[in-house]
Amino acid sequence: MAYSDKVLDHYENPRNVGTLDKNDPNVGTGMVGAPACGDVMKLMIKVNDAGIIEDAKFKTYGCGSAIASSSLVTEWLKGKTVDEAYAIKNSAIAEELALPPVKIHCSVLAEDAIKAAVADIKAKQLAKASA
Amino acid sequence: MTENYFELFGLAPSFNIELATFENNFRKIQSASHPDRFVTGTAAEKLSAMQLATLANEAYQTLKSPANRAKYLLELQGIKAISETNTAMPTDFLMQQMEWREALEDAKAAKDIVALEQLHAEIQLEGKALHANLVDLLDIKKDYSTATDTTRKLIFIDKVCADINKAIEHLDN
Repeated sequence: MAYSDKVLDHYENPRNVGTLDKNDPNVGTGMVGAPACGDVMKLMIKVNDAGIIEDAKFKTYGCGSAIASSSLVTEWLKGKTVDEAYAIKNSAIAEELALPPVKIHCSVLAEDAIKAAVADIKAKQLAKASA
Repeated sequence: MTENYFELFGLAPSFNIELATFENNFRKIQSASHPDRFVTGTAAEKLSAMQLATLANEAYQTLKSPANRAKYLLELQGIKAISETNTAMPTDFLMQQMEWREALEDAKAAKDIVALEQLHAEIQLEGKALHANLVDLLDIKKDYSTATDTTRKLIFIDKVCADINKAIEHLDN
């Protein structure tokens, strides 16, 4: 199966690979996995006090499409509010990368990773507010 | 026509199958449906032999792998263990997956076959534990909900093991 140029670009030069300090109260972590293929994805976002995502890092073990999907979303996330991030749909990721139908689940994985990271940062903020 | 893959091999639908019966019955079907036996047969006979051979191959591949066998057993219960839209797995499990993946990357980069083999052994142990759980959950307790979660875990474990084997083979060459 041929990958699109955009997938290849992100696969060969993945953006924002790495981790942030998971103990930082401003960092949210999202971990998801795709049992269909055994892919694992970790997405970390750093949110400032104004609720804007300042930094995003990812680590993905999986196929080219999964790596490209997570690399792409780290680029998209920077500068967005957490609510805007939460609204990102997998269909937008799939469209941008021209993913074939059999690889749509990679974009679902990326969307779910964002949602999990946002849920984590919100839970942290809530804990901070009530402390 | 047989109702399911287990019946095709004369087995009761269960996770813990009698491997000798399974293998023997597969060989019997293979030889009974071999094209050489139907050289002088009618077109209909050739077709039905080919269909049987295809079905037996499919069934064999499905039941041979424990993860696929568990998935198939759940399917017989109307449960789809793998859904593309369900990416939620227990966090500690995914954490462990990440750690294994990182250890695999490090060992690969260091070309350390011993470390790869140790990692493989460690993960196989986890796989064996899941295997034992599945016998209990699917064959004894009939707890299909927990069995679904366990099957999903087993698929992840199989994937890491396959990737480690690939890395070892690559270094061996």
